[in-house]
Amino acid sequence: MSLDHILTPRAYLAVFFSLIVLTVITVYVAFIDFGVWSTPVALAIAIVKATLVLLYFMHLRYSDGLTWLVIGSSFIMLVVLVLITLADVLTRTMTSAPQTIGM
Amino acid sequence: MSSSQSRLAHHFFDMNQQKSAATLGMWLFLATEVLFFGGLFVAYTVYKLKFYEAFVAGSHELSITLGCLNTAVLISSSLTMALGVYGAQTGRKTFTCNALLATLALAGVFLVVKYFEWSAKFEHHLVPGPAFHFDFSHAAAVVANPELLRREHVEMFFVLYYIMTGLHGIHVVAGIGVIAWLYTQARKGAYSPAYYTPVELVGLYWHFVDIVWIFLFPLLYLLGRH
Amino acid sequence: MTTDPAEPKYPEHNYLNDGYSLKSWLLTKDHKRIAILYLLSITFFFALGGLFALLIRLELLTPQGDLMQSETYNKMFTMHGIVMIFFFLVPSIPAVFGNFLVPIMIGARDLAFPRLNLASWYVYMVGAAFAMYAIVSGGVDTGWTFYTPYSTGHANTHVISTAVGILIMGFSSIFTGLNFIVTIHRMRAPWMTWFRLPLFIWAHYATSLIMILGTPVLGITIALVGVERALGLGIFDPANGGDPLLFQHLFWFYSHPAVYIMILPAMGVISEVITCFARKVIFGYGFIATSSMLIAILGFFVWGHHMYVSSQSEYAGLIFSALSFLVAIPSAIKVFNWTATLYKGSITFEAPMLYVFGFIGVFTIGGLTGLFLAALGMDRHVHDTYFVVAHFHYVMVGGALMAYLAAMHFWWPKMTGKRYPEGLAMLGAVAVFVGFNMTFFPQFVLGYLGMPRHYHEYVPEFQFLHILSTAGASVLGVGYLIPALCFLWSLVYGRNAGPNPWEAKGLEWTIPSPPPTHNFEEIPVVTEEPYQYTSEGSSVRHV
Repeated sequence: MSLDHILTPRAYLAVFFSLIVLTVITVYVAFIDFGVWSTPVALAIAIVKATLVLLYFMHLRYSDGLTWLVIGSSFIMLVVLVLITLADVLTRTMTSAPQTIGM
Repeated sequence: MSSSQSRLAHHFFDMNQQKSAATLGMWLFLATEVLFFGGLFVAYTVYKLKFYEAFVAGSHELSITLGCLNTAVLISSSLTMALGVYGAQTGRKTFTCNALLATLALAGVFLVVKYFEWSAKFEHHLVPGPAFHFDFSHAAAVVANPELLRREHVEMFFVLYYIMTGLHGIHVVAGIGVIAWLYTQARKGAYSPAYYTPVELVGLYWHFVDIVWIFLFPLLYLLGRH
Repeated sequence: MTTDPAEPKYPEHNYLNDGYSLKSWLLTKDHKRIAILYLLSITFFFALGGLFALLIRLELLTPQGDLMQSETYNKMFTMHGIVMIFFFLVPSIPAVFGNFLVPIMIGARDLAFPRLNLASWYVYMVGAAFAMYAIVSGGVDTGWTFYTPYSTGHANTHVISTAVGILIMGFSSIFTGLNFIVTIHRMRAPWMTWFRLPLFIWAHYATSLIMILGTPVLGITIALVGVERALGLGIFDPANGGDPLLFQHLFWFYSHPAVYIMILPAMGVISEVITCFARKVIFGYGFIATSSMLIAILGFFVWGHHMYVSSQSEYAGLIFSALSFLVAIPSAIKVFNWTATLYKGSITFEAPMLYVFGFIGVFTIGGLTGLFLAALGMDRHVHDTYFVVAHFHYVMVGGALMAYLAAMHFWWPKMTGKRYPEGLAMLGAVAVFVGFNMTFFPQFVLGYLGMPRHYHEYVPEFQFLHILSTAGASVLGVGYLIPALCFLWSLVYGRNAGPNPWEAKGLEWTIPSPPPTHNFEEIPVVTEEPYQYTSEGSSVRHV
């Protein structure tokens, strides 16, 4: 316990205000037309917010590498699941089979 | 020190090993939660790509104000929870109890707002199932070709909306239960700089609940708002 | 033949007689007692799953569907699959031998979270109760894979209760995996470094990774099936814009790694037994440890090979096929290393070793036929035929189950302090091997010739192969009864085993049989590499 890093309330408040500001930005940005980039932009801001919560509220910044590996691998596996599923969904209509008459 | 020593389980060498094990255990549990919610995010991603216009129409039925409010409420509750951990770490019993109480109050506010959101949806018959009714006139203002919208696809948005926010809400309720227990323990003086592991671990869980909402908010409430 | 005719003493105070009340068993926190609780439960479900198998094989004796209607047959193979996979194979080695041995092998007094361990057994039993309810009230007929929209919208059977049972059992699996990972990271004895760990531990660590990362996705998917069915929502129903393939992606994301949950612990057992009965250090420890981790990780990227003909995109199929070929490599590396371990070893053929030999031969066939199935062109022809059935029974029954039996024979003396009759046990191993191959090899041929899965009737040309298969199943059934008899007999009449009847290396063999509740009098200090057997001039071995 004595080895634990103790963050001050001031540090927590700084993170809190950053999160609120980022939330405002999220909403503001939603009203701007980014075309196909709207979702990636919204996700990117959400990732920044989540990272702040992880690093500071959840003390990930001061945790050992194993903790990073545990939470990191779960997100990576989720991304793998999403990406490969999309690899199917997005290419399903692209076929090399010859188009038969009447199809 | 003796009160914390009595908490040492027989199969551990010392409190450090016990705390280290407990912390790793909680992070592993959170890893499973990432994938548990993750399955829903996969479904959401696939259907949003297939039915984008319908999802935009559905998303517009949600109140940005309430969603934003709830986001701020949860972020604040994460702050108060983190302060609760700080209080336990530094032996400030009253501070800790107040922080936990504030967390509970904010969590309660979140659920109340959610209740109003859901009941408003029920009133407008935006409940998936045979009684589902979507007012297509709403969609005219927000999508390019409202006549191409299919009722089933808008319904799919709401299926995911209720399941994702519902599962999240269940986690909030569970969190309230655990934090309430934590509060009663803190009142009894169970936590000190020598032993505050439960506060920290419950905090980890609560922050995770916050993180899930951080992703839910833009994906459900802010589609196609431009 | 022991040179010392005096039988070892049975330890007076051990974990088995440390309290006789029902409460001392049902509220135990001792990982060894929890292992025994699991042993009893999974043995029951193995028998139940075997009963369904018996009915299936009886029906398939004749080309006509004369024993039961097709709807009933659908329930038979569904329940056979669900019971065998979720309630027997997935828990089997980890919940029995992992629970019993992991703390001892690393020099700890218990797992990191003993109460979570007990909870995992109770959660398993609750899940099992839901499944039993579904079975006795009419069964479920969707196939163990619950494909939508049949399972969500059209099946008239007890899908929801089965789904709930499996969802709950998934949590049992997660609790076990979580416990193992924390234990292995945080509770190793002093000087027990990662590369001094027995390969059994590496195997269970890799398995636990899969349990943690994969099972939650099954959980949410099966919950969605239940919700869709109960509330009439259309998440996977094409009529509502739903995508049945989305279900399949989510389902197989867990269910493919799940097969590695079933085989990795088995491979861990093989490494332990083969070194003992070849009296030789394992060949390529680092390779085997690394391969275990690689199988666990790569196994997450190949799930689409179950979906080649599902209308999944060809390009996704290409990706999955290439990755599936890749995941075969670490398994092959293990087989090479085990074989190399035998070279210049001093081999004896007690029952555990017979099962190991059976495993290596049969698992190789099963693994190779997996490669056939991983190839897009071949799979197009044999998908949904008995070729697939034969493949997975070769790896699951020939592989995982044979390793489970090897483990039972190897560690039975440790767990109970009693020796089983070796001659009869060896006969049992031979019967299992012969019966197994007789049952399942004809099924490769059947599948290649075109016999589809899930059919209770077939063209008359296939009957001879089916008769062979059913006859084999009878031999196999007898083969399974023999070890059961041996073990039961040993409890009453068996000689005391003593701490190390096999003269094996490993921390579990340094403590009494059965062990005391607290495992070690003093936590050992480990400085030796594992498997330091010497094969030349080996000392007289006990039989």
